[in-house]
Formats: sequence, C-alpha cells, structure tokens
Amino acid sequence: MDFHANHFQLFDLPAHFRLDTDELEAAYRKLQNEVHPDRFAAAGETEKRLSMQWATKVNEAFQTLKKPLARGTYLLHLHGIEAFSEKHTSFPPDFLMQQMEWREAIGDARQARDIGALDKLARQLRAEAKRMEEQLAVELDDKKDYEAAAATARKLKFMHRLIEEIGDAQEEIENA
Amino acid sequence: MALLQISEPGMSTAPHQHRLAVGIDLGTTNSLVASVQSALARVLDDERGRSLLPSVVRYLADGRVEVGYDAQARQSEDPHNTIVSVKRFMGRGLADLGDPGRYPYKFVDAPGMVQLSTAAGSKSPVEVSADILKALRDRAERGLGGELVGAVITVPAYFDDAQRQATKDAARLAGLNVLRLLSEPTAAAIAYGLDNAAEGVYAVYDLGGGTFDISILKLTRGVFEVLATNGDSALGGDDFDQRVFCWIVEQSHLTPLNARDTRLLLTRAREAKEQLTEHDEARITALLSTGELVDLNLTTTIFHEITATLVNKTLAPTRKALRDAGLAPEDVKGVVMVGGATRMPCIRHAVGEFFGQTPLTNLDPDKVVALGAAMQADVLAGNRAQEDDWLLLDVIPLSLGLETMGGLSEKVIPRNTTIPVARAQEFTTFKDGQTAMGFHVVQGERELVSDCRSLARFELRGIPPMVAGAARVRVTFQVDADGLLSVSAREQTSGVEAAITVKPSYGLSDDEIAGMLQDANAHAEEDMKARALNEQRVEGKSLIEATRAALEQDGDEQLDAGERAAIEEKIAELEASMAGEDHLAIKRAVEALNQATSDFAARRMDASVKKALRGHKLDEISL
Repeated sequence: MDFHANHFQLFDLPAHFRLDTDELEAAYRKLQNEVHPDRFAAAGETEKRLSMQWATKVNEAFQTLKKPLARGTYLLHLHGIEAFSEKHTSFPPDFLMQQMEWREAIGDARQARDIGALDKLARQLRAEAKRMEEQLAVELDDKKDYEAAAATARKLKFMHRLIEEIGDAQEEIENA
Repeated sequence: MALLQISEPGMSTAPHQHRLAVGIDLGTTNSLVASVQSALARVLDDERGRSLLPSVVRYLADGRVEVGYDAQARQSEDPHNTIVSVKRFMGRGLADLGDPGRYPYKFVDAPGMVQLSTAAGSKSPVEVSADILKALRDRAERGLGGELVGAVITVPAYFDDAQRQATKDAARLAGLNVLRLLSEPTAAAIAYGLDNAAEGVYAVYDLGGGTFDISILKLTRGVFEVLATNGDSALGGDDFDQRVFCWIVEQSHLTPLNARDTRLLLTRAREAKEQLTEHDEARITALLSTGELVDLNLTTTIFHEITATLVNKTLAPTRKALRDAGLAPEDVKGVVMVGGATRMPCIRHAVGEFFGQTPLTNLDPDKVVALGAAMQADVLAGNRAQEDDWLLLDVIPLSLGLETMGGLSEKVIPRNTTIPVARAQEFTTFKDGQTAMGFHVVQGERELVSDCRSLARFELRGIPPMVAGAARVRVTFQVDADGLLSVSAREQTSGVEAAITVKPSYGLSDDEIAGMLQDANAHAEEDMKARALNEQRVEGKSLIEATRAALEQDGDEQLDAGERAAIEEKIAELEASMAGEDHLAIKRAVEALNQATSDFAARRMDASVKKALRGHKLDEISL
C-alpha cells in the first residue's frame, strides 16, 4: 500500500460503481483506526504529520466513494474522462424542458409557502435521482459507455442542486 | 506512547505507566476538570468539595487574581474588574459584540480581539480564560498528585476557527499541553454512549450558559461519527437571564442603571430562572443603590412568554442539522440533553415535542461534557489498550472559503466535512504581468464575504510575470483534527514556486505566547527555564521510548543495518543532550531524531494500513 494508491485500492475494493457500502464503511473505519491523529496525540512531530496526511487521504477517499455522484465522477476520472470540465455545458433539449418544469413547480410552491408541496417535489426528484444512479451503474459497470455516463453524471448533479434549492426554500419558510 | 500499535494477537505489549491527563470543560458560566482514574471518569473537586468552578475572574489593582467562587461573590460590588462569561468574547472583535453597553465592562478595541480594561491593566479574553484554566490545572495537579501530560479542552461545536484558536492559545498560556480540542456535544456523546452502550443515531442538544450546539451523531461499535452539527455561538442560558432582567426593568419602570445594579439584577434574574425549574413562580426582590426597591413575581407563564423566541431560536439550527445529515426527527434514537440551561422545563418540553420523544437526562448536564473529555484525554494519552478504545470522527461546523471577485465567498471546504481534511483550489492572474495575488480567507455559510467571518488575509508574491490567466496558483486549505485551519498557496508553472502558509489572524504565534508567559511571570525567569527544560526532557524521553518500541517491533523488518544505526546514533545524541541543562539543545536533538525516523515512520504507517486491510479480509471470511 502506498500513499499514492487510488481510492478503490486504498480500501481494497474493486473499481466498480456498484459498491457494497457496508464493506466500504468497515474498511474506512479500520483504516482510520490505524492512521487517525487521535492515535498519535502523544507521538513525535513526524508521526503526527504523517498521521494527519493519511487520515486526510482516507477521509477524502471515503467521502468520494460514499456518494454515488462523486464515486461515478471519480471512476470517470480514472478512465481519463472529466465529466465536469468546462467544455460540457449544455443538456439535451428534453432534459432542459423537464428542468424548466421542475424549476417552475419549485417557484410556485415557494411563493405559496407550501411545505407539503415542496416535500412532494423533493421526493419526486430524489426518485428521479435514484433512477439516474441506476443508469450510471449500467453505463459504467456493464456497458462501459463512459461518455454516456458522463452525461448522466451531469444530469444527476443538476438534480442535487434542485433538491438543495427545495431544502433552502423549506428552511426559509420554516424560519420566517 | 501512541506509535503505531500493531501487536500480533495474543502478544501483550509491555504495560506502561498511567499518564495523568485531564478533560476540561471551559464553560461560559462554569468550568470543570475531570480525569479517568482506575478506569472511571470523575470530576475533580476543589478542597471544599465543589465540582464547579464559576468562570469568573476578578483582577485586583495589586496584581492579585481571584478565580471562581471568590470572584463571583464580588461581582456586584466590583463589576468592572470582575469578568464573567468571558467565553462570549473569545476570538471576537468589538464590532461582533452587538451592544457593548449591555455588559458592565470597559472594552478596548484591539486588533483581532476585544480587550477588557481592569484595575490590573488591559486583559484579553485569552488571558482571562487562561486564568480559569490555570486554576483548574492547579486543582488537577494537586488532586492527582503529579504533573499533567496533557489536557483535552472542549469547545462548542459551533465555534469558528478564531474562537478555537483563541481557546487553544489560552490553554497554552495556562501551561497546558493540548492533546485535542474536542466539541462539547461530541464529548457528551462519548460519556453517554459508553455509559449506555448506545448504538444508532443520537442527537445531542447542548444549551450552555452562552452557546448553543446541536450535533447529530452515529454511534457504532467503537466509532463516534458526527454526521452534522449546527448551533449559535451567542445563545445560551445567559440570554434567558437577560430577558428576565429586561422584564424586571420594564415592570419596575427603572431608570438607566449603574454597573453594580445591572449586575445585581442579572444575578436576581438568574436565581429566578433557576427557581422556576422546580416551582411555578419566583419572587424577585432587590434594593438598588438608588434606594429603589424591586419586588416582583415572575410566573412560569410570563417566563414562557418572554423567552419563547429564544427556545425557537434553538429549533431552527436543529432542523438544519437534521437536514444536513439527511435525516428526519423520527430517525433519531435518543436525544441527549447537555448544559445547565437544559434543566429549564420549557426547553425539555420543546425538544421532546420536536423529536417526539422524552429527552435523555440521566447524566448530570453540568458534568457530562467534562467526563467525556476526560475519557477522550485518557485515550489520547495512550492509557487504554487499542482493543477497548474508540475512534472519534468529527466535522467542521462552518464552511471555509476564499473571497473572489465581487466580494463573494467561494467555498473550499463545505460545513460538516469530516476532519482532518485538505482541499485545494486553483486560481489565476487577472492582469498581464501580475506578480502578486491577495487572498482573503473567510468562514461562514453566507454568499457575501461581508456576511462571513474574516479569518486571514495574505499575499502571494514573486509570481513570474505572465499573460493574464496563465499562472496557476494552487491554494490549499488544511483543517487538522482540532478543527484548526492553515492555508498555503503555491504558484506552479514554469518551475518557479512561491509558497506561503498562514494561520488565521486571531491565533497567537509561539513567540507571542512566550512573551505573554514571560509578562505573567516577570520575576520567574528561572521558573520559565526550569519549566522549558522539564518539558523538553519529558518530550525527549517519550520520543525515545516510542522509537525504541517501534525499533523492537518493526526494526528488523523495515530497516537495514545502516538505517538502524543512524537512528540509534540520534537516540544516543538525544540522551546525551538530555543529561545537560540546555533545553534548546534537547529540542534540536528531538528534531534530529524525528527527522532520522521519518522514513521508518512512513514505512510503518504503510505497513499498518496494509495490515488493517488484511484483517478486513479475514473478517469477511469468518462471517
């Protein structure tokens, strides 16, 4: 094991999008147990520094692999594709239409201060995001169609942003 | 010594001496110190059997300093020189205090942090806090009968970088070796979780004297993982007192009060609030220096009315923390109540209603943080075997970012990221031939930099002149396990590198701390030297112990004869220097040994990571 291993190698997991999260968590805890700065609170400076670097790396790797979008983006990066580079900025027309409808629905519910409607929208968008994650799994693990996967990842990121907007709107209403 | 402990199963490691380590709850209203002895955490009392130390410091003109109950007893009579709730001023400038008129102090605006003018001169909140910590250190060293190896100091989870830095500085100024800054709700979770063998998702609702925190934690066997935290670092029991105080002033039609009467009525307000915990009404009487007599009856109903907005102010961050954790109130298995202010029935009721369950109050809300901190100190000092200790994974409470064009904050590390963490972002030049770049580091959730807390400003100079947009300046944020930030910037094109590392502006440098220590002990230079020598010898000794243990365990496997000899040589040199009286020579030898073992340490770290994963596979097979 060396410090420059990729995130999957670090946790000794196959580089697949479909991932056993329990296994990931177990490996994460096991590693953090060895390298965390709390294990070196009374150690020399060299070891403290090393421990912080390792713990930082293990955290980064875990956060990346834990979240489906980040994991997918990272897998694409390992295959030499940057899903979020500046050259990709546009969505296909049907998705654009769909996103306009969602935006409108959020705007309406926000205006009406209708938390229930926002909840319903959030559930709907989360289900849609889930579907995209399954699509990502097929494109990355089965078809190995990385360009298609990159396009799906971009859509998924957009969904996350919408879901976040709903949360912000709810917070605004609750705290008013 | 916590060098990598990777002994084979069944192989016992040599028992070592129990190291004296304490946990300190440095509270707004009261502070406590606790320690683990014979595997049991307990709060250390003063010689009169009292566990709490009121966080009150009184400065006298002759240079004497009173801390705790003595100071508290004089606060009405000597309000300007008796500092209470100093925690509210930690890492804060005058502009942050809102209306300074509501405090009976003479504030002095100083760069970075406000200072308080007293009979003994100007005091920074760091110095005042250090005096409280010194009193606790003395109590612990007397009680435990020896010098402390280190301390875990708790801070509100919602403390920002400036407030954490200030707390760490105060501890160093008090002569404490800080093993870790620990979030208060996390400390409470340790005490609670270990006592109750709890598993699952827990919320810790911590309303102290001056701060409010809510943390959502996941407890799994041996791991405490903070999922999200939120709060208000300027909301606490004090604010309830303040509301009652305002009510008294309004009801009694009082004219502007002097500092002494303000203090007196604030004390009466607090007493009334405490009485309402057990009773339905409280009588408030006071004779003011003007001869006016206050005589009022405060009922529970009125109290609820005047404090309802404060209770609600705690629920908004609670909702936010749950949302950040991706959970709903019903996902929470238990709600642990921490902080004296959670004794108020109205708080228990509101929290119970929000989570749909009766909050857990079986641990003393005043002591639970100190007890948890003591347990963590025991682990960090290496007093527990690795099989029965635990791992803490905490987060940063507030996003960290940089100012970009238009006064906007670009987030580099979002809130609730597990620490330690490092993130880098690239920036480029705006003009042709630009050779310097200015950076402004901020903390907070708002989009406008002016709404966030400014942590540091620095410039990177010596960038080679290039056309606009060609330079590649990589800015790296590193947050350590204490939640403290350091920032570095590096230009990385054309082989020319310029780099700088900054600590946020409120942090004191080592020289400043040394200077303050010297000022405090103007006549004790000899003591200072003796202390420094002692500290270096302790450090040298523990490093040698650790290195020898490491050599014994892995030396044959990881080192060739030459490498091993080089390390042995540095050990011998360190030992020789420790026999002398020159603390700087010991320090140099410690550094040299650290340097000499750095490859060895890296190899051992790699090996232990490998080993951890092998173990992981074995577990799978045995399932």
